[in-house]
Formats: sequence, structure tokens, C-alpha cells
Amino acid sequence: MAESQFVYVTYIRTTAEKLWRALTEPEFTRQFWMGTTQESKWKPGASWRIVKPNGATADSGEVIAIEPHKRLVLRWQNHMFPEMTAEGYSRLTYTLEEKGDSVKLTILHEMDKPDSKFIKAVSGGWPMILASLKSLLETGESLEATRNWPEGM
Amino acid sequence: MTAMGADVDKVFKALAAPERRLLLDRLRADNGQTLGQLCRHMEMSRQAVTRHLKLLEEATLVATIWRGREKLHYLNPMPIHEIAERWIGKYERGRLRALAELKAKLEGEIDG
Repeated sequence: MAESQFVYVTYIRTTAEKLWRALTEPEFTRQFWMGTTQESKWKPGASWRIVKPNGATADSGEVIAIEPHKRLVLRWQNHMFPEMTAEGYSRLTYTLEEKGDSVKLTILHEMDKPDSKFIKAVSGGWPMILASLKSLLETGESLEATRNWPEGM
Repeated sequence: MTAMGADVDKVFKALAAPERRLLLDRLRADNGQTLGQLCRHMEMSRQAVTRHLKLLEEATLVATIWRGREKLHYLNPMPIHEIAERWIGKYERGRLRALAELKAKLEGEIDG
């Protein structure tokens, strides 16, 4: 079992298909994920990366498992901070479950390493990104603070 | 089903009991515990802890994940974050953080 982990659950009034598109397609991620996009062929073993608005890689890894509209598991290494890059790969699991008029989105971010700096850092970032994703899907507008890449980062 | 709909009531109700806030504090200190681990330092029956956890889970303040035969409980910060997003303005955030830090610093000095 992973030694550092965080779990987030949020209910979003949408469909699993729309939520899946929002999590993977550039026109959506740009709006709630600091202007970033993700590049991948979205197949098991395919490479995956988060691209900053200037084209640089923020994080990269590969698709471990994929079941469209249901589950996505990614190997995930940070490239923004050397001490976090040095920690190696974390694992991110998105689980989508339709419940009535909403989708329960569970995010599990873990690393097989105690007291991971990276897991600690993302634990501050995910709630904002997810709140913005929820707002985008339910109201058509993301949260202002998450629309652009932070200056100087 | 969303925390900002009728379920915001569930969040406040769940937070209104000191035992449940204590359980959240325990998870904050050590996330991903089993029922048995959570019962260990609580002056409550296992049944009472189970009941409190159920209310916390219904309010989505606690999320559970099965690992083999173990059910692990995690603190889910999303509902509280959503409440904060709703009532704290974007310009207030920095000032509030500065005040919270000042309070912690001053209280720390007095205690120390």
C-alpha cells in the first residue's frame, strides 16, 4: 500500500461522459486547470503529460489503465520542482460513478514513499482545481483563480 | 447530491458534533485509517464511532476506499473547500490568511 496518499470526493451535477471529456480534453482543462492541456493517446501504456501554456512540461508519465467514462489510472511525475521530480512516480486514479443526476468523482493520489513532498503539495492544489471543474460543469464558468497559469511559475 | 445543494445542510450537521470533529482531526493527523484504528483512542463504543463515520460519509466529509478486505477512511476536504469558495471573497483570502497567521503566532508566543 502507498505510504503517502490523498483522497478527494466531489459530486458534480453532470454525466460521466461530460466529466470524462472535461478531465481529458484541452478546451475544458484549459479553463479550470490553470490554462494547461494534457497530451496522450489515452491507451494503456501511452505516454501522458501536462503541458503549461508556454509549451513546457509540468508533469509527465503514462496511462496505466483506462476505462472511458469510468476509470483512469496514471503514472505521474512532477517536473516543476527538482525535489519533487526526485521523488519519482506517483499514481493518480480517477473513478467516476453516476449517482442519480450527479457523478461521484473520486481522486486518489498516492506515492509509495512516506511523507512525500509532492503528495503534500498536490493536496493543496487539488481542491481548488476540482472546485473549479465542478463550477465549470454546473454553471458553465470555471473559478477565476484557476483560469491562467500563475505568473512566474 | 452536490455539497452546494440541499447537502450543505448535511455538512453543517455533521460538523456540529465534537465527536465527529475529533474523528476528522484524527484523519487529518493520519489519513486512511480503518475503523479499528479510529476506535483506538476514542472514548466511545465501536457502534458509536461507526454511526458518526456514517454521518460523516453521507456528508462526503469522509471518503472510504477498500484495500483488499480493509475499508480505509480518508478526510475529504472538498465540502469545506466548497463552503469556503461560496462565502469567502477572492480578495479576502490573503487578508484572512495573514490574520490567521498572526493569531497563531501571538498565541504561540503566549503559550510558549
